[in-house]
Amino acid sequence: MDKTSAPVLEVSNLVKSFGALRASDGISLDVRAGEIHALIGPNGAGKTTAINQLSGEMQPDQGEVVFNGQDVTKLPVDQRAQLGLARSYQITSIFPQFSALENVAMAVQVKQSHNFRFWQPAGEDRTRLDPAMDLLNRMGMEALALTKAGELAHGQQRQLELAMALATEPKMLLLDEPMAGMGPEETRRMTEILMPLKGQLSILLVEHDMDVVFALADRITVLVLGKAIATDTPENIRNSAEVRAAYLGEPT
Amino acid sequence: MGSVELNRKTIVLLVGLVFLIALPPVALAMDEEFFISLFSRILVYALAAVSLDLILGYAGMASLGHGAFLGVGAYVVGILAFHASEEVAIPFLPGDWAGTFNALIAWVSAIVVSGLFALVIGALSLRTSGVYFIMITLAFAQMIYFFFISLSAYGGEDGLNMEQRNAFPMLDLGDDTSFYYVCLGLLLAFVYVCHRIVNSRFGMVMRGCKQNETRMRALGYSTYKYKLVCFVIAGAGAGLAGALAANQNEFVSPGLMHWTRSGEVMIMVILGGIGTLFGPIFGAAALLLMEEVLAAYTQHWMIILGPVLILVVLFAKRGIYGFLAGDRGRDG
Amino acid sequence: MTFFLFLEQTLNAFQLGVMLFLMAAGLTLVFGIMNMINLAHGSFYMIGAYVAAYVGHVTGNFFIGVAVALPVAALTGMAVEITALRKLYNRDHLDQVLATFGLILFFNELTSIIWGPQAIFVPIPGLFEGSVELIPGAPYPIYRLVIIGAGLVVALLLRLLIVKTRTGMLIRAGASNREMVSALGVDIDRLYTVVFGLGALLAGLAGALAGPILATEIGMGENILILTFVVIIVGGIGSIRGALIGALLVGVVDTYGRAFLPAILRSLFEDPSVADGVGASASSMSIYILMAVVLIFKPRGLFQAYG
Repeated sequence: MDKTSAPVLEVSNLVKSFGALRASDGISLDVRAGEIHALIGPNGAGKTTAINQLSGEMQPDQGEVVFNGQDVTKLPVDQRAQLGLARSYQITSIFPQFSALENVAMAVQVKQSHNFRFWQPAGEDRTRLDPAMDLLNRMGMEALALTKAGELAHGQQRQLELAMALATEPKMLLLDEPMAGMGPEETRRMTEILMPLKGQLSILLVEHDMDVVFALADRITVLVLGKAIATDTPENIRNSAEVRAAYLGEPT
Repeated sequence: MGSVELNRKTIVLLVGLVFLIALPPVALAMDEEFFISLFSRILVYALAAVSLDLILGYAGMASLGHGAFLGVGAYVVGILAFHASEEVAIPFLPGDWAGTFNALIAWVSAIVVSGLFALVIGALSLRTSGVYFIMITLAFAQMIYFFFISLSAYGGEDGLNMEQRNAFPMLDLGDDTSFYYVCLGLLLAFVYVCHRIVNSRFGMVMRGCKQNETRMRALGYSTYKYKLVCFVIAGAGAGLAGALAANQNEFVSPGLMHWTRSGEVMIMVILGGIGTLFGPIFGAAALLLMEEVLAAYTQHWMIILGPVLILVVLFAKRGIYGFLAGDRGRDG
Repeated sequence: MTFFLFLEQTLNAFQLGVMLFLMAAGLTLVFGIMNMINLAHGSFYMIGAYVAAYVGHVTGNFFIGVAVALPVAALTGMAVEITALRKLYNRDHLDQVLATFGLILFFNELTSIIWGPQAIFVPIPGLFEGSVELIPGAPYPIYRLVIIGAGLVVALLLRLLIVKTRTGMLIRAGASNREMVSALGVDIDRLYTVVFGLGALLAGLAGALAGPILATEIGMGENILILTFVVIIVGGIGSIRGALIGALLVGVVDTYGRAFLPAILRSLFEDPSVADGVGASASSMSIYILMAVVLIFKPRGLFQAYG
């Protein structure tokens, strides 16, 4: 349990309403440096809405988001990403016309300075392609490097999604259901990729697959109807009567 | 991207290039000089269409106001020529400059001024996206159109005549053949520049924005800046086309900026093949040739243009160039 | 500047605003519900104007002309939706712009073939000729008052439709959640066709009413379409309330701009020709300046759709 360093991400009292619906009803949580913090809850609990407010795609009605000590609540998406807060999407969001390598290269490129170069062909630029290839190797995708991203299988696209988020060398990752739609073999492989990131990165992980959650998470926050009803270690969450009541009938 | 392979795309482009280079002497030999000026017009519009393809086909920005930059470029040249022939100093500029017929000065001015207009319009319009962007670029173009109509000092609605074409070093642009080759040279140079841009780091950012701007921003790109730069480059290109258009007709009028003109340039891009850089050249040729040939039969030939456009958009997005060159056409 | 002049211009502003509302309501509905940008909306306006002018001329009765123009515009709209536009719903906005631009070309040329390229003169119906003194000493054309009245009635009917009827509820529901509505078993295709037809009908009505006071000519649709776009941008896409407020705002800014800016500028500039020059362009530009200002502060317009 980390007592000394300040949390990487501090969320205070996030409120977001859509008309009469309070999608986020005063959510507070924090993510410590190097931890994998899972966010779970039944469908409709408001997990994606919460993530959207953390990444900047939605503005909360009330509340604060503090990243590495900096108040980012009002910052737009690109500025948060520049500060090191990256995300992956539940519905795959990649560049379908680019090859897998190019997809990752775009993520590599953003942190490098010379993006207003107009003359040199980017397709021969090793400074962006080499790190991209390294990342694809890490994901076991080197064979797919030149395949058009739109032609990849669903599971491969999810991996690419993650690779792009990692390629920006973020300080913190918001992962929105990275395993969505993956089979058991692919899920296992993704878990193996995520596991060693503990300690190097901080991760807020939204997932439905409970096996994955319990394998990876250092702490778990349970979200029900827009409220965080519990934040604790996986063991305690698993044994909590309150949490089980909230999940009655929820398939794993 | 090193060596050039002999595939369909290369053959199509080579044939096209040879055709364009050989056109004037062949036309002269056949005593059909009219073709030279017809194809000069095609080249000028092709330049405008290629500049539009840069933002439309590669960056995904649907601007209905591109004609404004065409018009601005033309008017810069026209106004400079007007003052030069009247030998009157330009009132709204400092100093005592009485315009010029010098092509280099006039055309560079056209490029710079159009670029500045694009900077201002782009800076405001790019704060919006999607359909708002389409409409606001349209509205700004109309604004500029009305502005030039109200400029009675420079002809207003009736337009402005140019006493003569600009003076280009070593060549007499008054000679249609010389003018043709200058246009061809500039078109090829511009296409080459766009080709480099589109494949550069900057170009990749633009192409990423077209496919998935949300993701680009989530990666950390401040897409606004990149799109603005691209918009300015395209505007400057259209300005050059405008300068040439003014020379071609020896006349400028606000009609160049009307949004239907922007629509025509857009049609050229689509018909020819969006996102290919060469496609718009084919599109310009197709549209202007259709106009020449079909207009001889009936003044209502435009009635098939509408459905053709719809069919191309729905079923044949690759356009003429895509059809001729095959799938390889799609990388600029 | 007298009070009467001000009153007259204000009424003119409302009249323009009302016509813009008729155009904008249809366009914003189509956009809000079907997420579809339709450049050919102006064509329905033109069709309404031409049909009303023609039928009115042939029968000698303005009202019959309008009465025929409405269903013709609506049916044309529905036919266009079924044949061409259905395939565009899933396409991106650029494709929609291009395809509907093709429709404009088609309809403009068709109109030219049927009625010729010249503008048509449409007389003010006898019943509405002349002026009435709303305030003693301030006559105002009756026909323009009729337009204002007709527009307000339509706005009211539209509100009743949207708020009180089942179709209206479906429209509102469809605006926020397409999948849900079709999952409920509603024939979404038919709903879209009806909405589109309604939009075309409103545009056709605007055109039919516009005939006696604006030029009935090819290209009239595009002129008003741009103004309509400004209305929607200012008012907020998808919002009928935004369409009304936006339309009135644009009507006011444009009318006041044209009426008063030249005079104001003439008093500011010493040289009258400069003032006139700037005045002429400034007054046509005033609505675009309005639009730019709104977009700087509210990039999505003044109102959100239904919420």
